Amino acid sequence: MKQIKEISMKILFWLATCTSVVAVALICIFLFAGGLPAIKEIGVFDFLFGTEWRPSNNIYGIFPMILGSIYVTAGAILIGVPTGILCAVFMARFCPKKLYKILKPSIELLAGIPSIVYGFFGLVVLVPIMQDTFGSGKGILTASILLGIMILPTIIGVSESAIASVSETYYEGALALGATHERSVFRAVLPAAKSGILAAIILGIGRAIGEAMAVIMVAGNQAIVPNELLSGVRTLTANIVLEMGYATDLHREALIATAVVLFVFILIINLSFSALKRRAK
Amino acid sequence: MEYINKQTTKQKWQAYKKSPTSLLTLIMVVLSAIITVGVLLLLLAYILIKGIPNLSPQLFAWEYNSENVSMMPAIINTIIITLLSLVIAVPLGIFSAIYLVEYAKRGNKFVSIVRITTETLSGIPSIVYGLFGFLMFSVYLGLGYSILGGALTLAIMILPLIIRTTEEALKSVPDTYREGSFGLGAGRLRTVFKIVLPSAVPGILAGVILGIGRIVGETAALIYTAGTIPDVAKSAMDSGRTLSVHMYALLSEGLYTDAAYATAAILLIMVIGINALSAAVAKRLTKR
Repeated sequence: MKQIKEISMKILFWLATCTSVVAVALICIFLFAGGLPAIKEIGVFDFLFGTEWRPSNNIYGIFPMILGSIYVTAGAILIGVPTGILCAVFMARFCPKKLYKILKPSIELLAGIPSIVYGFFGLVVLVPIMQDTFGSGKGILTASILLGIMILPTIIGVSESAIASVSETYYEGALALGATHERSVFRAVLPAAKSGILAAIILGIGRAIGEAMAVIMVAGNQAIVPNELLSGVRTLTANIVLEMGYATDLHREALIATAVVLFVFILIINLSFSALKRRAK
Repeated sequence: MEYINKQTTKQKWQAYKKSPTSLLTLIMVVLSAIITVGVLLLLLAYILIKGIPNLSPQLFAWEYNSENVSMMPAIINTIIITLLSLVIAVPLGIFSAIYLVEYAKRGNKFVSIVRITTETLSGIPSIVYGLFGFLMFSVYLGLGYSILGGALTLAIMILPLIIRTTEEALKSVPDTYREGSFGLGAGRLRTVFKIVLPSAVPGILAGVILGIGRIVGETAALIYTAGTIPDVAKSAMDSGRTLSVHMYALLSEGLYTDAAYATAAILLIMVIGINALSAAVAKRLTKR
């Protein structure tokens, strides 16, 4: 009797473990089954590199959105990564213990703020500031700044633990050779944490490219190829959120295909992240 | 040792004079920490100061109409969706973690597949979850826009978080506990439920609370699964918007800026509360 209970519970635990495998399989099946027919009908090249998105005329090219996602993500990385890494260095190596007890929860709170609230903050604070200084409020630059703020906690969290896990002997060795505290940290400790920090950056890219609600509020959402830093853009995520509500037939399938493209981007990012994490160990 | 390493402020200044790049780095590092915290404080202060004065009794009326744009039904829906998602995700997550930590053998092929899939799940953007939930639950299974469809989607979304935090909590239980239990003749199952799980509760709880935070803040995964009906859902098959979706709806209608400020303030207060709770629970874990 006892044996049966043991074995049946073990099977139950195993079945629960299968859920995440099944979930990933289902997500792949539903997305690809929903999106690939549209890509085939529109044509792979026309879909990926077509520069016009006009659903009313049955023209579906998502190149503007792919570019939009890449530009906005690159901007967010340019803003968020240096700030995030330096802040992580401060937390791991410069900050007094008492201050750390305030800083750490602050970063966690930054991570917990809903993206729609970030979007609202961008809309009522960032957009007017950009409007006053550059004459155009919603666009690549505004979205990059907002996303740069949003990926800060991810970058800080992962790179801080990477820096903290570097053996103390590196730091002490550099110090003993006469280097200042700053030089020891930046020349001896940081290089040793390189792959962890790279993993943080990749995770940040994943967050930025997948963000939808905040970007919609501040990016302008025009489905055209952007030509300057201030022009409005639409990202892949925004394309789905904005049009899914009323799309039908091929238009709807084209939106699912947009999600497929986004999903493939994310898979590539995820795979490189896990590869890096394995190498870091 | 402590005494030898002590430097006076004057000595430090002399060192910095010798290498100005070090001073510059110090300034950059401190500056970015100040910027990070400054942005957080600015955001909190701006939204709370602008939002709290806009809170009025009619925003908390039991029934929603376009006059009062009440957020009360949305708050109730948020609670319902949160509970439903947790009921689905927490047992699944805890059981998976138990299997991964207590049962699976090291270097098992199945375990490494599970690792890859949970990592994949935690990286998928919420709008992709939303679209998947729409295709599978709303269309394929015929749930339509419903609280249940939304909760199922969110359950899959927070599953990796629950698995990871539970795994860490289980791993932090010392092996001597298990050995002691086995030594007294208890089976594996009894050891897990009577010895390991009780000592891992604070860690698991902290993870669950973080999951609640993600559910409360989620918008993109819910718009096309739970829908945007502004009334309290009468059953699990009814559509209903959560507070975050409510906020998105207010912003896209563009008429209710004051109500949006108030909703943002309530959302922030909820998130601050959830974070504080999670931290307090986690602190109890480290104390023991």
